[in-house]
Amino acid sequence: MTTPAPDIKDLDNLDAASCDSGSFVANHVQNIPRSGIRDFFELVQGRPDVISLGVGEPDFSTPWHIREATIYALEQGKTSYTSNLGLLSLRKEISRYMAKHFAVEYNSDKEIIVTVGVSEAVDLALRALINPGDEVIYHQPCYVSYHPGIALAHGNPVPVPTTVDDHFALTADSLAKVITPQSKVLLLNFPSNPTGATLPRQEQEKIARLCSQHNLIVISDEIYAELTYEGQHTSIASLPGMKERTILLHGLSKAYAMTGYRIGFACAAPEIIEAMMRVHQYSMLCASIIAQEAAIEALANGQEAMLRMKESFYERRNFIVYHFNRIGLTCLKPQGAFYAFPDITKSGLSSKDFAHRLVDQENVAVVPGTAFGNEGEGFVRCSYATSMDLLQSAVERMERFMASL
Amino acid sequence: MDQVLKILEENALATPEMISEMLGRTVEEVRAQIKKLEDERVILAYKAIVDDEKAQRTYVQAVIEVRITPERDGGFNRIAERISKFDEVKSCYLMSGSYDLLVFLEGPDLKQLATFVSAKLSTLEGVLSTSTHFMLKTYKEQGTLFTETTVTERLSVAP
Repeated sequence: MTTPAPDIKDLDNLDAASCDSGSFVANHVQNIPRSGIRDFFELVQGRPDVISLGVGEPDFSTPWHIREATIYALEQGKTSYTSNLGLLSLRKEISRYMAKHFAVEYNSDKEIIVTVGVSEAVDLALRALINPGDEVIYHQPCYVSYHPGIALAHGNPVPVPTTVDDHFALTADSLAKVITPQSKVLLLNFPSNPTGATLPRQEQEKIARLCSQHNLIVISDEIYAELTYEGQHTSIASLPGMKERTILLHGLSKAYAMTGYRIGFACAAPEIIEAMMRVHQYSMLCASIIAQEAAIEALANGQEAMLRMKESFYERRNFIVYHFNRIGLTCLKPQGAFYAFPDITKSGLSSKDFAHRLVDQENVAVVPGTAFGNEGEGFVRCSYATSMDLLQSAVERMERFMASL
Repeated sequence: MDQVLKILEENALATPEMISEMLGRTVEEVRAQIKKLEDERVILAYKAIVDDEKAQRTYVQAVIEVRITPERDGGFNRIAERISKFDEVKSCYLMSGSYDLLVFLEGPDLKQLATFVSAKLSTLEGVLSTSTHFMLKTYKEQGTLFTETTVTERLSVAP
């Protein structure tokens, strides 16, 4: 029996108050906590004279030759959809770039997909791989979207703490402790946001062995790869036998200062790229063609400008780490990315209190380490993608703050 | 390229202390390095780049293409150095192509510059001809843009 349609007269009596809109939200979405960054953003945004060390993007504008190529693409009328996988010309450029700088060969026809930032690539990879209940192991403190991304894909998030003693690198020993028969994916992010940690090759080899023993697939978010200051970046995909069990994610946002372009990409085995493409084609369809054209220019001709920016980050890193240590904020020299992650326990404050009081007293914004997981307690993230002048003032203000406690 | 040199080229006001912190070297090392660069005249001078329009200066600037006869001993150097010594001459380059020297001049008004060219420059022995262009507006000088660049608003906190 079907319910009869209500009489047209009854529609006048529909009661808006009886509708609880919030009850429509899916349980697993309701369970996602608000981002600690978002809370802090609302506190700081609009406050005058704040020096922000809270920004996860370069302070440089996109190099002019790339912006110029973007304008040219528009002039040429490049405003259409592209292949779901992204422009073939871009995938060819990516293939060349990855072979040269990451030492891994990917076929541009079927082993590369262009995404809307690495954020989408992480989401696609998780959604393509996870069956409900599969365990996804990731290291903490980590980028804010991993835990929610796993939960949204109906996976089971399993954090592994990384510690200051290990320079925030994941160790094979700590990884081994959390592997269960349900473990399916290992999510890596080195160089790491928020700690700036890199993963030494020796440890990568041990981790690779564990992955092979327990049949894990790795999602490796290497968005900060170029911004490695000591030694060469090693991609886990370049280790023997690892290409087949790695989804390598990279993009143009950080090293090429193209955050707003939203171009990322994933490189993996054809079957996995095909699976990711299925999700992508029915949700995003394709990344913006204008941004894809710009990405070609960046990968083909952007090395020089990128290296200039990298050198500038390197100098600022040295500067800020020196001063943090001088004023009592013990800080490792981060090996990559553009974040310093100083220990603030000498202040006697929690990470959250430290960040709030620093804004109140001295107008300097840093992000509490706890925004990146509980393991971030006792630390704050300071982005040094800020001009030297501002860094100098920020350090002076923080010194005054530390002395006031 | 030397990193100290690069930092000073971008910001001549960077102190030895600041440079040492940026490069992870000792202050003494950096001081010695700067002194060496100055002694060897790798670094010739430290100057500010000024927007004359904003400073409300009414200088007249001109660029002169100068054709000269090279000499048996020393080629273009003697005449080029001689021209360079005039206070009015701000820069002087030897060029390839249809003329030899490109000379940048600065003077209080158009008349004085014109007089300088006709009386001093073109009468020099060895100078064959001059072609004068007056500068109207500066857009970029020594890598520094003069037009105001709009500051892009980054979010103050972002993941």
